[in-house]
Amino acid sequence: MTYDVLIVGAGPAGMSAAVQLSRLGLAVVVVDEQPAPGGQIWRGVERNKSGPLSQALGEDYRKGLSLVETFRASPAEYMPETQVWHIEEGWSVFLTSGGRARRVCARVLLFATGAQERPVPFPGWTLPGVMTVGAAQILLKSGGMLPQGRVWIAGAGPLPLLYATQALDLRGQLSGYLDTSGRPGLAALQKLPGAWRDLAGLAKGAGWLRALRRKIEFVRDVKDLRAEGEGRLQHIEWSTQGRRRRVEADVLLVHQGVVPRIHETLALGCAHDWRADQGYFAPRLDRWGETSRPGLFVAGDAGGIGGWSAAMVSGEIVALAIAARLGKGGDVEELRRQARLDDRLAKALALRPLLDALYPPPRERLADETIVCRCEDVTAGTIRAATRTSVPDPNAVKAATRCGMGPCQGRQCGYTVQALLAEVHGVPAGSVAFFNIRPPLKPITLSEIASLEDMETAG
Amino acid sequence: MFKSVLEGSAAAPDMMVMVNGVETPAWNGETVASILLRVPNVGRTSPVSGKPRLPYCQMGVCFDCLAVVDGIASTQGCLVAVRPGMRIDIQRGPREIAR
Repeated sequence: MTYDVLIVGAGPAGMSAAVQLSRLGLAVVVVDEQPAPGGQIWRGVERNKSGPLSQALGEDYRKGLSLVETFRASPAEYMPETQVWHIEEGWSVFLTSGGRARRVCARVLLFATGAQERPVPFPGWTLPGVMTVGAAQILLKSGGMLPQGRVWIAGAGPLPLLYATQALDLRGQLSGYLDTSGRPGLAALQKLPGAWRDLAGLAKGAGWLRALRRKIEFVRDVKDLRAEGEGRLQHIEWSTQGRRRRVEADVLLVHQGVVPRIHETLALGCAHDWRADQGYFAPRLDRWGETSRPGLFVAGDAGGIGGWSAAMVSGEIVALAIAARLGKGGDVEELRRQARLDDRLAKALALRPLLDALYPPPRERLADETIVCRCEDVTAGTIRAATRTSVPDPNAVKAATRCGMGPCQGRQCGYTVQALLAEVHGVPAGSVAFFNIRPPLKPITLSEIASLEDMETAG
Repeated sequence: MFKSVLEGSAAAPDMMVMVNGVETPAWNGETVASILLRVPNVGRTSPVSGKPRLPYCQMGVCFDCLAVVDGIASTQGCLVAVRPGMRIDIQRGPREIAR
């Protein structure tokens, strides 16, 4: 069958758009990689509604339950544990689920694919025992898992502060917190007045920081982080105020902010813009969330990082535009005003300029021996050497070194390769393109592709 | 490396799964990737260096949680919820053509 709208992603943006669109009588299908709705932010929110985790995960987490319940009750069709591996104009979306491939058609496509943590390589980051703070938080939400032994957190941003607070509330063990953010500059201070619009958010972050400093070792101005060990993490090492320190460690959780998921929009050739302050590409969207390709929309963090409450509003805005496109609209400008969508969006984004200024992407020079491409084990030194003899094009580096050619398709190494090329050629990072992204967007077996043919001949 | 806060509450496991042929307790809501972090010697090895790896991102973008799940190689463990009787085996090096 052909749906009116296919939404990829069942997080805050995807669910709120699905609820609105199906309310208007449109045939909506929501495809999501996870086993349950909620996205990463509200992962496992249904199973955690009671029990020891609920309290520790906090109020913002519990808020997700009502949207998940409304989404479950809506007529929108929901396909969990389903991956998108190819998209064709029209729109035909190719999916796999439970070892079977299928093709689903829709008149309009909405990507609400959210964000991923910014991969920031350092020596030793591929050792077992090193993982992201977001990964640890997902383990907490989905299986109640806490890291054991000597656990260190290193990085910057609100997420590590929140996670550390949650872990300590559950009597998790943390040895220390390595803050890599440095002192807030003038740029950050200038953003303070705007941030007062979200006083509660500001107070929350300050509270986490105060409590943490009381409870665990808190090291400021951390640079030149390194992880070491034979077969697993055993030591970490860093510099602070000109001194080098080395400690034993079993688990190191790192975080340097989040970036939009852009593989799908890149593969479809949508126009993207470089956001120099946060160091990422985002699809170019009009004020209704439509990309440069008509009928293809983006909502939430996938269109630029704004957080969960902004994502919910952007899902509603996009739903208005999609409904109008499919003849179920009315005066969308008037509806947008009536629902105070722009006002709600501005409030949801009030803290963002301050956060962006406080936590810019790290720009430390990478040591040559650092692995950049986790899939193919390609180092920074190999990439520097490869690009010296070519134009600043990541695809040339890919052909010469296999960097970006593994199963992750540059999701981990893309921005690092871009920064290395900019460094070697002395050009701004934004002038260097991302890898060419091609289908299949996820690994797929020949038998899965064969099962697709069965489906099509079966009609 | 990780332990469930639910484990301490003396609650019986929700199911058993087979990890490298050994019967292993598992809980509802867990993914294959979380098993890889609890059970030794089931994380994949790098196809290039042969060195051990464990799940890094848990959100489908690093591919360091690849495992052989119910006979299918290169399955992203963080995207698959555990099911009773599921077979999870270590993936050493690159995927073989046959699976």
